[in-house]
Amino acid sequence: MYVAVKGGERAIENAHAWLAEERRGDTKVAELTIEQIREQLSLSVHRVMAEGSLYDPDLAALAIKQSRGDLIEAIFLIRAYRTTLPRFGSSKPIDTGVMDCDRRISATFKDLPGGQILGPTFDYTHRLLDFKLAADGEVAEAPSRDVEPADVPHVTEFLNQEGLIEEAPHDDTMPPDLTREPLEMPADRALRLQALTRSDEGFTLGMAYSTQRGYGRNHAFVGELRIGSVPVEMEILELGFSIEIGEITLTECETVNQFTGSKTEPPQFTRGYGLVFGQTERKAISMALVDRALRWEELGEDSAGAPAQDAEFVLYHADNIQATGFLEHIKLPHYVDFQSELELVRKLRREAGAHQVQEAAE
Amino acid sequence: MSESAYNFAYLDEQTKRMIRRAILKGLAIPGYQVPFASREMPMPYGWGTGGVQVSAAVLTPEDTFKVIDQGADDTTNAVSIRTFFERTADVETTTETSAASVIQTRHRIPEEPLTEDQILVYQVPIPEPLRFLEPRESETRKMHSLEEYGLMHVKLYEDISRHGHIATSYAYPVKVEGRYVMDPSPIPKFDNPKLGQMAAVQLFGAGREQRIYALPPYTDVVSLDFDDHPFEASKADQVCGLCGAEDSYLDEVIIDDQGGRLFCCSDTDYCTSRRAAGHQGPAFPGSEVAA
Repeated sequence: MYVAVKGGERAIENAHAWLAEERRGDTKVAELTIEQIREQLSLSVHRVMAEGSLYDPDLAALAIKQSRGDLIEAIFLIRAYRTTLPRFGSSKPIDTGVMDCDRRISATFKDLPGGQILGPTFDYTHRLLDFKLAADGEVAEAPSRDVEPADVPHVTEFLNQEGLIEEAPHDDTMPPDLTREPLEMPADRALRLQALTRSDEGFTLGMAYSTQRGYGRNHAFVGELRIGSVPVEMEILELGFSIEIGEITLTECETVNQFTGSKTEPPQFTRGYGLVFGQTERKAISMALVDRALRWEELGEDSAGAPAQDAEFVLYHADNIQATGFLEHIKLPHYVDFQSELELVRKLRREAGAHQVQEAAE
Repeated sequence: MSESAYNFAYLDEQTKRMIRRAILKGLAIPGYQVPFASREMPMPYGWGTGGVQVSAAVLTPEDTFKVIDQGADDTTNAVSIRTFFERTADVETTTETSAASVIQTRHRIPEEPLTEDQILVYQVPIPEPLRFLEPRESETRKMHSLEEYGLMHVKLYEDISRHGHIATSYAYPVKVEGRYVMDPSPIPKFDNPKLGQMAAVQLFGAGREQRIYALPPYTDVVSLDFDDHPFEASKADQVCGLCGAEDSYLDEVIIDDQGGRLFCCSDTDYCTSRRAAGHQGPAFPGSEVAA
């Protein structure tokens, strides 16, 4: 006699044990340490922090180790941990103008105050596999020199002096919080940026790329891309003043976009903005392009009906934790629904068959 | 972090209060989808995070909790969710429908009628009944507020003109108290008649879509239909091979290489208790298995 499948509990336990064994791999090979991941896979760590919305390199490294290097799974671990954390308050807005830049480039000006700093980039590496690295990963120390710390002005400010770029007036309105309130449409720019900074890198890249290929084209120049560390300050109520509570590494991208003017706005350059945790420049540039594409309405442009211009489309589908969960849930049993569909299809086929027989007889 | 480091039922009290407010609003406006700030849970979106958050918000230490998926207590995800609450809320769990005070379900309503002392929590993937007619949330919310359900009726009418029937067999839309059209979650339409005038509180949680809605006890719930094509709850035209029940929703199980089939109750507790009471179906030795 058939007995309905039992033992889900034991199957789950055993699957977990097997998973742990697979994660560890061949025990003759040394186990990865959190420090190794944090130091040597730092760009993975940065992506996990950015999309996990939690700045903690050690936890991100742990998540990468636990998830066997599956970064979306690692991001999921970080998100689930993040929601359990109490919220003490919010920091003061960070000032990227005082960033200690590792990298700072402008594609719109050959040279500019503060200089162009290439920094640790893959940009001009030839993508040739380095077989030497397989045997020996030692590197010589990179040349360095002392520099005077100085503020690095934003490129867009130079354009602003001539009135050539749209104003981005200072605004002290408390932005909405995506993690504490449900996402509702229409979403203002602060909320859109918040969603984009934690959005999936691949999705955001694809959306940005689509604007470059003509689906809502907005002619972006990288006005400036900067990567470096900035201090985070928080006002402590008991003290009555703000103190620096730490430093975080950020990537900021400001695009300058051509704009021939609309019914409401004069011809001028417009802005797209990307700001992401860590050294994550592909994501920051993508974010800036998508941000600009989503701004068509407030700039009085006509919508080209492109996917990247559709805030509902972009924002509701950009989160990889939501997307992967829903996508993968179709692995769960659906036999009750499937059974009802079976009944329906059988019924429809029966009737269609009877109909054909009747027609043949006529 | 050890499990004891988490609050009762995992969520912190502030979050639970926020969810309870959404539930109360949902109960006050039956069938209306209340947006709520869904949290990331330690299980994936789409796997019951909405139901889990609603359960976490309504569970008390005295509760007895039951979880079913496809009507069964022993499907892997039901096991996983039950274990989650055993670990984080330390509540008593049961597989017995009548012994549970809170029942979380995916895709089924238990066969045994529920009572006023029970809460039924549904996991909902897509809370918006109009979603596949209009993908935009901003539009569908407008349609609900204007009570503009013509599109849905047109869809059902088109089904009839093409197939002779309404070609929706699960997640069959209902109208609540003559006002809101509601998605009953992907339960088979066989279960739809149980939604209305139910004694228990029914709560629906959609985590990824950040919506909660509710049916208070004894609410009018009507499956959409036409006078000349009335709604019909359907199930396989068989009896349960194990317990012989004629009135329960049946799963079809393939039992051999020749495609032999066994029909059996999808509600495992219903089937088990019937067999314990001495009922026997045709699949028992000496009787014939339905082919």
